[in-house]
Amino acid sequence: MASIIQTYDLTKRFGKLIAVDHVNFSVNEGEIFGLLGPNGAGKTTTINMLTTLLKPTDGTASILGYDIVKDESMVRRVIGLVPQDLTVDEDLTGRENLMLHARLYHLDKDVAKKRINEVLSLVNLLEFADKKVETYSGGMRKRLELAEGLIHYPKILFLDEPTLGLDVQTRAVIWDYIKQLRKDHHMTIFLTTHYMDEADTLCDRIAIIDYGRIKVIDSPSNLKDSLGGDIIELDLINGINTNMESAFLTIPQVKEVKKEGNHYRIKVMKGEEVLPIIVKRVVERDLRISRVSLIKPTLDQVYLEYTGRLLREIEGSSEDVWRMRRILKRIRA
Amino acid sequence: MIDEIFALIMREVKKWVREPFLILMMIIQPTLWLGLFGKAFNLSGLISIPPEIIKELPPDKTHIISDLFNRILQNTFGGTTDYFTYISAGMLSIVILFTSMFSGMSIVWDRRFGFLNKLLVAPISRCSIIIAKVSFSVLRGIVQALLVFSIALAFGLKLTHNFNLINLLGILTTLLLLSIGLSSLFIAITIRIKSWEAHAAVVNLLNLPLMFASSALFPIKQMPSWLQMIAKFNPISYASDNIRIFILSNEFNMQILLHNFEFLIIFALTFSIVGILVAERMLKFD
Ligand SMILES: Nc1ncnc2c1ncn2[C@@H]1O[C@H](COP(=O)(O)OP(=O)(O)OP(=O)(O)O)[C@@H](O)[C@H]1O
Ligand SMILES: [Mg+2]
Repeated sequence: MASIIQTYDLTKRFGKLIAVDHVNFSVNEGEIFGLLGPNGAGKTTTINMLTTLLKPTDGTASILGYDIVKDESMVRRVIGLVPQDLTVDEDLTGRENLMLHARLYHLDKDVAKKRINEVLSLVNLLEFADKKVETYSGGMRKRLELAEGLIHYPKILFLDEPTLGLDVQTRAVIWDYIKQLRKDHHMTIFLTTHYMDEADTLCDRIAIIDYGRIKVIDSPSNLKDSLGGDIIELDLINGINTNMESAFLTIPQVKEVKKEGNHYRIKVMKGEEVLPIIVKRVVERDLRISRVSLIKPTLDQVYLEYTGRLLREIEGSSEDVWRMRRILKRIRA
Repeated sequence: MIDEIFALIMREVKKWVREPFLILMMIIQPTLWLGLFGKAFNLSGLISIPPEIIKELPPDKTHIISDLFNRILQNTFGGTTDYFTYISAGMLSIVILFTSMFSGMSIVWDRRFGFLNKLLVAPISRCSIIIAKVSFSVLRGIVQALLVFSIALAFGLKLTHNFNLINLLGILTTLLLLSIGLSSLFIAITIRIKSWEAHAAVVNLLNLPLMFASSALFPIKQMPSWLQMIAKFNPISYASDNIRIFILSNEFNMQILLHNFEFLIIFALTFSIVGILVAERMLKFD
């Protein structure tokens, strides 16, 4: 697979603060790549540099072979951005905003009309399409913003916190749609998020970023495996005197077995595949199982492992942050 | 490129016509000024001769004297004895000044509301953004100036007896040039400004001298000489004088007209080029 985004020591300083610190990663064509990190980690700054809004202080990146500093106008032609902060025009209707966007991306008028209806129904805004954005709720605005980013089917779509502040159903719909986009249009999707579940269900690979540095890049399942795998807990009805430890340890994926009476705690890689084998070994010895459970590590634990903090502890409700931003904007107006 | 410029202009037009209140305010202000300055200070009253003196003068001398005074007035007010007419012509330029100032502000707004970011990542030229802003500002300025012009007409603006299409075209061209230059100027200045407070400070600094150190409201000849110096480089003076000529006469002094137009054309060209150059370099996200 060809890499479609490649960064070379991408760095951004704001005065003394290094918001993004010599970041190197590559994104493959057709991949959904996620940048996961807490508030202030440098996610938006990274996206802003990749989308030519900000100039890197140091280093650079190439997008489809175009340098983000030297060929910025070429880069703009192949990307789409759904920013974290809202950019729709409140005095226009939803449909007018979309039409304006379509024309800025030089879509043919008839094509634009068709797509506008498509994306509007997708984000469930058809019925409000001809109302001024002024009257929209925060979630509706965010959905309109998403619709805008989708309208011109860019080769690479950048989504900065695409589901921030949305309710559970809408988030699920949007995840489905993002996957669908990748499938139907072979789009590459680069997104940032601080939701673990989003990174987990949506991304092929994630990069964990903290204080501007990339801590690790891998697929969610590999990351979880890197914690030392899954845990299988097993209770046997009989066989207090039979020791199964050595029998389990012959299975290559089994790392560690602990026995307490007839309770076993087994650390394994690829728990789903190993579980049937373990059950089979038990049955072969004419023993019976009363209870079995497979505990998968969560990305939360991965996150803790790599940043030394739990995401939720430091997060501070981001919905609140977002709401505050909107209120502030209103007041300034 | 035309398409994207047009789309951006249409956005502003839609926003504009949907705010009738704002349109009203933009027209009420100059109208109030017209009323306050133009009607309240009837300057010709200042130099009129008290009736008791006139009574004592021999009748054959009175008309000579009144003639003399009229000439003095006409001379001061560039061909009219009527201050309302004088200031109405200047007010059209002031309307252009206000709308141009506004166009600078709308960039600050677009930045604040994130709309500018959308434009900056879109595959459009940065010039298009500026050209659209200037074009809309010109359009709005001219429409509002014409509205104020009709209001002034209704309240007693005296046109030359055979005001015709050429006079009107002359006024429109003058407004157009002034508007292009001033909008580009204000946009170039505000392109890096992020808060309205800073914007208001900068704009006020420019506004007052542009407005008062010009022949829009008072004749330059009456000013102290240092003010005259400023007024002589002020495009608003040239535009006001030009408009006044087109309102008051149709036997044009070609030399003066050409001189005024020359200045205005150079002004408009210089600043639109400056505006576009500044946009190319400075229109950025941070
Ligand atoms: N224009 C700026 N000037 C100065 N500092 C900035 C600027 N933009 C961002 N920063 C700082 O850079 C750091 C990274 O910010 P960034 O917006 O990239 O974080 P983020 O990961 O997107 O966070 P969030 O989840 O809150 O959106 C923060 O400490 C922020 O304060
Ligand atoms: Mg962010």
